[in-house]
Formats: sequence, C-alpha cells, structure tokens
Amino acid sequence: MLHTVNKSPFDSHSLQTCLGLAKAGSDILLIEDAVYAAMSGTAVTSMVESAMNSSTIYALEPDLKARGIGSEKMISGINLVGYDGFVELAVTNDKVQSWL
Amino acid sequence: MKFSVMVNEGPYTHQAADTAYHFTRAVLDAGHEIFRVFFYHDGVHNGTRMTTPPQDDRHIVDRWSELAHDHDIDLVVCVAAAQRRGILDKDEAKRNGKDGDNIAPGFRISGLGQLIEAGIEADRLLVFGD
Amino acid sequence: MYVNRHAPHGTIYPLEGLEVALIGAAFDQDVSMAFIGDGVFQLTKGQDTADLGIKNCAPTYGALGDYEVTKLYVEQESLDERGLELNDLMNLTWEDEQEDWAEKPSIRLVSRAQLSDLLEQQDVILNF
Repeated sequence: MLHTVNKSPFDSHSLQTCLGLAKAGSDILLIEDAVYAAMSGTAVTSMVESAMNSSTIYALEPDLKARGIGSEKMISGINLVGYDGFVELAVTNDKVQSWL
Repeated sequence: MKFSVMVNEGPYTHQAADTAYHFTRAVLDAGHEIFRVFFYHDGVHNGTRMTTPPQDDRHIVDRWSELAHDHDIDLVVCVAAAQRRGILDKDEAKRNGKDGDNIAPGFRISGLGQLIEAGIEADRLLVFGD
Repeated sequence: MYVNRHAPHGTIYPLEGLEVALIGAAFDQDVSMAFIGDGVFQLTKGQDTADLGIKNCAPTYGALGDYEVTKLYVEQESLDERGLELNDLMNLTWEDEQEDWAEKPSIRLVSRAQLSDLLEQQDVILNF
C-alpha cells in the first residue's frame, strides 16, 4: 500500500499517524510540506529513520528542490522520485491512502 | 490503468491543486487513463473561469481546461459544494435565480454520485487536499 | 472506507464527508467509516452549534444506521490520547434485519493495529 503525506511533521501529526498505521512493507511518499521530514538532524529524523526499517520512504523531488533541500541535507536512504515516479508507485501499490 | 483524482483544495492558497495537476499530467504521460477528476470542498474553486492571476503566475484554471480539451478528461465539480461556494453553470444559475454563471470550459457540475462512481470504476483513486 | 481525521465545526471536512457517506450508501457498496485522531471528536455527545449559526452535523451520525452505514470504527488510542471513553460518544445504533431488527451498536472500538489491518482490506479509501 502507498501512503502519501503532505504536511510538515513540525506542524502536524499526519506523518506520525501514518507511520503508526502503515504496515511493514509499505511505501511512504512525502510530498508538499512533508518533504521537510526528509531532512537530517531534525527532531523527527530518528522517527523517520526507524520507519525506514520496515517501510520504504520516498520524497517528491520537485517539492524538495522548491524548498532548497539538497541531498546533502537529507537522511540517506530516502528515495527520490518525480511525478512520473509518483505515478509508478501508485501503479505498483494496489491502493493509496492520502494522509491529508 | 485507470485513475481517478480528487481535488479538495482551491487553487493558489494550497499546493494541492498544483500537485493534483502535475500528477494527472504524469498519469497521461505514462500512457494511463484518467477516468475523472472530481473537485470537492474548496476544490470547486478550481473550476471558475473568473480567475485572473497575474501574468507571471501559472493559470491553474486554464491549465485544467486545456488538459480537459487536449485529453478529453472529465472534470466534475460537486454540485452541493459548488452551490455553497458560488460556482454555477448556466442551468444552476437559472434554477437558483442568479444573474450569471462562472464555470470554466471543460468543467461540468454534477452530484456526489460521480465521486462514488469514480472510486468504483477506476483502479486507483488519488486524493489531494489540505 | 471513509477515514475521518478532522474535528467537527472548525472545518467543513466532517460535514461534507458525511454527505459523501450518505450518498455513497445508495450505491450498494460495503461502506465503513474510521475515526482517527481529532476525527473522534465528531462523535462526542452534547455538541450544540446554535450560537455559531453553523449547521450541526452531529445528529446526522444517528441517521447513518438507516442508510446501512453500520460500521463506525473508532481508534481506541485516539480516544485515550484525548481523555475520552466510549461513554463520551453518541449512542449510535442500527437495526439488524437478520435478527428481527435487533438494535446493535454502530461504534466499534478498534486498536491501532486492528485499524491498520482494516485499512489494508479496503478497495477504496477516502479522507475527510
């Protein structure tokens, strides 16, 4: 199952709720303001890193770029995708839950 | 594969309408089908032709209209949500005694049943909002 | 499944979400609703919006059973976090045709783990 999250983890519980309910083996895609969760050295970095043990985390590259988050500022192991990759994730997972 | 897209926020305030548009484009570019784009909540504001953004900004409404024109996409605005927020087509304007309509080309106003159908008919339903 | 994560009245999402659930029920689908996070506040007793002039959608939850929306899953952890218990929620029921119209509770308390399983079982998930 693909989970999308679009809220900054510093302002909303969406990511936390998503991680609490996502089953092991899920794909989790960070879009819009949720890409701030992909940054290293933040208050939520350890939460994201521990989620990476059971799920695969992706971040939408155009949203990272728009916010000036380069790969040097990111948690290593987070996968970058474009809108084409977003579509591909929606195809390969049999359902999508948007944690709006 | 058949996709439906639901847009729950208006243009410009929130990025959701942009993400939904770019996703929809990418679905078509990948050779998949868009069964329907359904606009709900403040998302109905994506469908007013009165929108006139500054010239150096993207025109979110025209972008949807062009997509509908070029790819024959069904853009549906929820009637109940639209009436609350002043989005009208000719029939709705007449029925409610309003002096004009404002629906943008390529959009149509219909009921929530269209959303349920979009969920049933499409292989995937993606929701974009706040 | 309709997933509800917003508190009532502060935004229109719960009210317009409820409208979708009622319309969707007419389509002969196996419909359920989940209440997670602040969404559990939608079901609390004693809501009165009279002073706000906003339509109170709370009584409409009572009609869901008549529309054959009989599975309202409420996450126990979300209740706990907000200091709520089942008794704080509206008494919502449906009548079981199979058992001589016996009145049964619509609200089903589920753990986060159970809800996680339920999400995986859905064909379509809509969020409000």
